[in-house]
Amino acid sequence: MTQNILRTENLKAYYVLDMQGTQKVVKAVNEVNLDIHENEVYGIAGESGCGKTTLLKALYMAIDPPLRLISGKIFYCPSGVEIDVTSMSDEEKRKLRWDMISYVPQGSMSVLNPIQKLKDTYQDFISSHVSGKTKDEAFEIAINQINELGLPRNILDAYPHQLSGGMRQRVTIALAALLKPKIIIGDEPTTALDVVVQRGVVQLLMDIQKKLNNTIILVTHDMGVHANIADRICIMYAGKIVEEASVENIFGRPTHPYTRFLINSLPKFGDKTTKASVPGSPPSLSDLPDGCPFHPRCPQVMSVCREKMPEFTKIEANHRVACWLVGEGDHAKVA
Amino acid sequence: MQKLLEIDNLTKVYSMGSVISRIRITATDNVSFYINPAEIFTLAGESGCGKTTSARMILGFEEPTSGTIKHNGNLVQKKARVWITNGVQAIFQDPFGTFNPLRMVDRYFFETVYNYKLARNKQEAIMIIDQKLRSVGLSYEEFAGKYPSEFSGGQLQRISIARALLTDPSLLIADEPVSMVDASLRMSIVNLFKKLRDELGVSVLYITHDLATAYYVSDRIAVMFRGNIVEMGPVEQVLMNPKHPYTQLLRDSIPEADPHRRWKDTVNLSELEHEEYLRIGCKFAGRCPQAMEICKGTIPQDLTIDQVVVRCHLYNKPAE
Repeated sequence: MTQNILRTENLKAYYVLDMQGTQKVVKAVNEVNLDIHENEVYGIAGESGCGKTTLLKALYMAIDPPLRLISGKIFYCPSGVEIDVTSMSDEEKRKLRWDMISYVPQGSMSVLNPIQKLKDTYQDFISSHVSGKTKDEAFEIAINQINELGLPRNILDAYPHQLSGGMRQRVTIALAALLKPKIIIGDEPTTALDVVVQRGVVQLLMDIQKKLNNTIILVTHDMGVHANIADRICIMYAGKIVEEASVENIFGRPTHPYTRFLINSLPKFGDKTTKASVPGSPPSLSDLPDGCPFHPRCPQVMSVCREKMPEFTKIEANHRVACWLVGEGDHAKVA
Repeated sequence: MQKLLEIDNLTKVYSMGSVISRIRITATDNVSFYINPAEIFTLAGESGCGKTTSARMILGFEEPTSGTIKHNGNLVQKKARVWITNGVQAIFQDPFGTFNPLRMVDRYFFETVYNYKLARNKQEAIMIIDQKLRSVGLSYEEFAGKYPSEFSGGQLQRISIARALLTDPSLLIADEPVSMVDASLRMSIVNLFKKLRDELGVSVLYITHDLATAYYVSDRIAVMFRGNIVEMGPVEQVLMNPKHPYTQLLRDSIPEADPHRRWKDTVNLSELEHEEYLRIGCKFAGRCPQAMEICKGTIPQDLTIDQVVVRCHLYNKPAE
């Protein structure tokens, strides 16, 4: 039995905005149930504006206004014991960060301090998370890690602007892995990079995962990257998870109409047949349609889709789909 | 056949630094290619390979250090470059940056129509605009009086293509038109280029680093590396059977959407980009797995092997 490392229960995180007296609610994460296992790469895919980044923020417990946790719970499970992080104080959460869970934010190429050499960044970082290290000891930790990951050693003496975008990205990932966290969250770590550099970054992530035997939660809209690195993938649409399966199943037998569109619209080498894209445009998260949020764009829409959101149906042990087209009548049982 | 656009030995040199420590970077180095009417031509390569610089020179934003640009057989002069905007239009990377957020999108359309004297009154103008919007899958009703923030990225990119079509151009220059658009909407833009080529006979210079869509949409492709075109030819030959080691590397590095074909071997990354620019011989020699002694000293010549132009010493006959 695979051990869970992170679990969410009916997670709802909304942005609540006050606009001239009227409240606007953006339902960015809506009833998300996740079971993320130990020692796996878990991919989250979906269009921009579907709530991927907000979900990550919630998982990392970096919930600041206007984002609010409406309901639901998040559990971290280091060494088999579940801890409820939603009821923790800020100080307790801070202690878990980088030790237990670390986060590589989007556009992390620009998170490094431009007026500090990288060794000072490393130094700051180590002294704020590990107590009782002298400057030399911290420097040694940094050098060891950089050697281990095969990054060039002279980068410690460089300023961030002297490195290429791909190098900075790899340094940020290396920083996130420094204290050997159980979970590393990566938000679009390869977007805006060239293909060859992207391959280097994916390699680094996989190396780290193999060395630390930890869990990587990877968000990207590039299905090619998911196919290369992920063990399991979930597809998000308008704040909800619509399908979750192993990487083979997502690419081999996508079931939700949205997933099918995503997979079938990917251009492939040696195949010049016309590919259809998803019709229409994604719904606004502040004004979701009733029923299944995908129904205005779905070619196989039925009347029930307009009224009720389907529950998950398990079509295989590791494959669940929220769509009225599959497992008719079974929804009540699974729920 | 009359070529629509002919680029000959286009070179652009940028100087960096002060008088004492000046570095000269050749952004494009004797780049030559041509585009036929009703053809999609892809310029592919990593960032910093000179593909955008080439586009900027064709559009007249940048003055080439040397080389010529011919449009329909006529030499494009520095001052005359304004005129080719009638026949050449551009689409840029960021659809949100294309339009002023405080200005209604339809204003841009009316402005273009009146500036080019395409219509005499508002009725005619609306007709032309509606016709162009319909060719990209939108209509005047759903777009009139709206601000850019009311559209999605994919819609905005299609609107900017419709705007470019207003003057009935024969060539569209699309600089990374899909890199900011979602994967699910990407195909709608790329399919649109195909439709424009087949129905209106518009040529497209498609500049991208995404070889998968390049393969899908284009007829011919040129792969650039550090200012040089290293391989050019029909897209089938170049991408299905790459000859230059750099094209092979690019082709291998594209993540295939197939979990059974993952990357196995590791890849060398360049650490310092400007060192590669300053290389005397083949710019790829530092990373090339098949580099030979000759690659470090001399720049290889263009060779034509079954319709594909390749610039690599591997295919040169040994000097006698």
